[in-house]
Amino acid sequence: MHGAGERQNRALAKGCNIRRRASPNAKSGSPQDISRAVSWSRREFLRAATGASVAGTLLTFPRQRAMGMPRRRKVIVVTFGGGARDEETFLPEGQENIPHLLSDLLPRATFFTQVVNRGILGHYVATASLATGVYETFNNFAAVPPQHPTVFEYFRKDLDRPALDTWVVAPSNGFHRIGESSDRAYGPGRGAGVILPKRLLTAALARSAGAQYEHLLRDNYETPLYTPELSGSEFELRQLEEVLKLSVSDFTAHARSLASPDELSVYIARKLMRQFAPSLLWITLHDIDIAHSGAYSLYLQGIQRTDRLCGEIWKAIQNEPEYAGRTTMFILPDFGRDSDTDSSGNGFQHHRTGDPLSRTTWMLVTGPGVRENSVVERPVESLDLVPTLGSLLGFSPRFAQGKPLPEVG
Amino acid sequence: MVPSELNPEKFQAYPPQAREVVTDHLTLLRQLPATFVALLLREIIVYDWKFPAEREDLKQQLAYLAALPGEQRQQLMLGFARLTLSKELEKFDWVNEPVQYAERLTAHLWATDQIDAFRAAALDYGERVESAQTTAPPTLPRLGIVVIGKGATAAKYPLFRKLRKQGTYFSQIRPENGVRILLDAVAARATAHPLPFGHWYIDGGASESLSCPGLAAISYDSLQPARAALLKRMEKVIQSGKGGPEALRTLMARLRPEDIGLSGGTNAAVLNHFQVSLLTEGSGTQIFSTTFVQWAAREALRRAQPVTLLARFAPRQRERPMDELIASPEQAPALDLEGSLIDADMGAYLTWINQQRLSGSEQSSFLVWFEDHSEALAIGPALPHGTQSSSPLDMRQLLGQIT
Repeated sequence: MHGAGERQNRALAKGCNIRRRASPNAKSGSPQDISRAVSWSRREFLRAATGASVAGTLLTFPRQRAMGMPRRRKVIVVTFGGGARDEETFLPEGQENIPHLLSDLLPRATFFTQVVNRGILGHYVATASLATGVYETFNNFAAVPPQHPTVFEYFRKDLDRPALDTWVVAPSNGFHRIGESSDRAYGPGRGAGVILPKRLLTAALARSAGAQYEHLLRDNYETPLYTPELSGSEFELRQLEEVLKLSVSDFTAHARSLASPDELSVYIARKLMRQFAPSLLWITLHDIDIAHSGAYSLYLQGIQRTDRLCGEIWKAIQNEPEYAGRTTMFILPDFGRDSDTDSSGNGFQHHRTGDPLSRTTWMLVTGPGVRENSVVERPVESLDLVPTLGSLLGFSPRFAQGKPLPEVG
Repeated sequence: MVPSELNPEKFQAYPPQAREVVTDHLTLLRQLPATFVALLLREIIVYDWKFPAEREDLKQQLAYLAALPGEQRQQLMLGFARLTLSKELEKFDWVNEPVQYAERLTAHLWATDQIDAFRAAALDYGERVESAQTTAPPTLPRLGIVVIGKGATAAKYPLFRKLRKQGTYFSQIRPENGVRILLDAVAARATAHPLPFGHWYIDGGASESLSCPGLAAISYDSLQPARAALLKRMEKVIQSGKGGPEALRTLMARLRPEDIGLSGGTNAAVLNHFQVSLLTEGSGTQIFSTTFVQWAAREALRRAQPVTLLARFAPRQRERPMDELIASPEQAPALDLEGSLIDADMGAYLTWINQQRLSGSEQSSFLVWFEDHSEALAIGPALPHGTQSSSPLDMRQLLGQIT
């Protein structure tokens, strides 16, 4: 009933093991060290998942940020709403796909080698879980808000921040409710503005050219069907000019020069940075999820593009006076993808098995006060993100279930 | 509905052979947890269109469960029995719609944090059934052949990277008549060792001409009308704006071969149902030929467990970047030769993994060749691992080294 040959599968997995033996104490951040650390830590996670003991190696870090840190800190979170596996990223054979992460960011970052997601492995619900610090359980394809308060609501309420100080730039229609929860104590009007650049582009093109560009909305690779009606506080087309000071014609002209929706998302994010300099900016990239189509080369291209865009965001941070020297950047996929050797999956294509590799990913954090060129090998949870942001920015995410990461917060 | 209420009348809508299987095992089914029975029925309801190997697997599972003493069977089923179900699932007509039930069950297990418990129960079950079964070795050692890169020029991407340590890399293959030699070799095996659905040829373009009744042959091009009919139906559901993903899945689950223009006799019916499943269950198979070949090879190996498989990849359509889509939305996409080669290279690796999951893997052989080029990689019991050979060989000589 469940694909025959599990025993052979395990033997096969053993035979095909691409992981290398390495020192468990690697703490510097060269590409080789990172790949060794990812490798070693994943083995430990696998062992933990099978019931053997695992000793967490909690590293203690000096609180450098206490020394002369700027008062008004900013945070940019970049998630990949399309899991990326180690072997196409930080393991030796994958490093050619991520030159910017390796060369531009890693030397300046603390790198968490195993970030475990124990929730539902669907991109909207998983991203919502990242944003609430609680494993949300709603239907991944439903147009619903998160059930628990989001990081944006905690941030605004606790710190009394205005609406324009926090934004989400997200890929697909499904994400338009992610800015605020259904929690009555928080909820409508108290969260982040959400911009769906592809939706915006489709509307702009329809207005300027009178043509229909529904194909640009083919953005949810998990199902071909889901295109819900927009409602709520998303960014309306008319606001393009009023808020972002961007004409429809300029916007469409620029979009015509871009190869992918994620490039459009980063373009909008940069506009927001210049216009409002939000203190909490959340960008979810999605190109990698083309993997669901089964075309490996397109999946690799998605990773390469995402890597380049992460580099561009980092450069933008350095070039914007409002951000330079005061911004912490978090980069993490929402989860992994299925392993090649799990017989109930089909390798990189999906994230449906719930196997340890599909539940495990990494996180890179860089910015003032964050130790550079450092690797954290103990397992952490994706739910730890919100409490860490709370610790960093000074709000209290009271319903979040994770723990602040001492290496960052 | 609970399993103890099952009786032959409940299965009136089942195809004849499936109904017979259920009737023969009704006593057993009544004693199993509902979740497990529903998942078994998901397999049984399509028994009439299953390949011989999967029929045998199913029968062995049922025989194993029936022979287990009650207490041991209960113990084996504990992981499934402990799953908590929603009222909606408890009321669901899982006898007549087990596929839809499985979809909803999956969503429920994820949402209620029970997916890991289910996975553990399923793995445990699979292991115990497998260890109890006596898997006969294949009638002849399996041979898998994957041909990649049709139409591509030199590869910028290092080919066979994931497979090199498993076999021997050949850099001086003479490519002349390579495809024909491989096809003839496959046909010769099918003729010499006739086995129903034991020999397969899958092509990502149009099938090469080949007269071999013992070979199950499918191609992406021959399914073009069926793919178009399917996409039309999908678009209709999408444009209706009603139902959501569940409606689409239900449509897919209920689709019969004749609905998209596939018809034929008994053997053709089995193959047609298989082809429908490739298009309705495989993500991307309707659009990209490379995905179609990889998924078809996977499913053929998993389900039919063939002793011979030839999978030939062809170029897929190019994924057009956003700027192009804006500039000329209606333009037909060109082919992506370089990308298709990379897709196929990964597809070859996954095909080898899937072949190794079958019995007799120690004796199995595998060949992947960059079509019309000099690069190939071969894996077999007589070939060393992780080595290279620069001996000039033609395709016939290369085949001779691995079979």
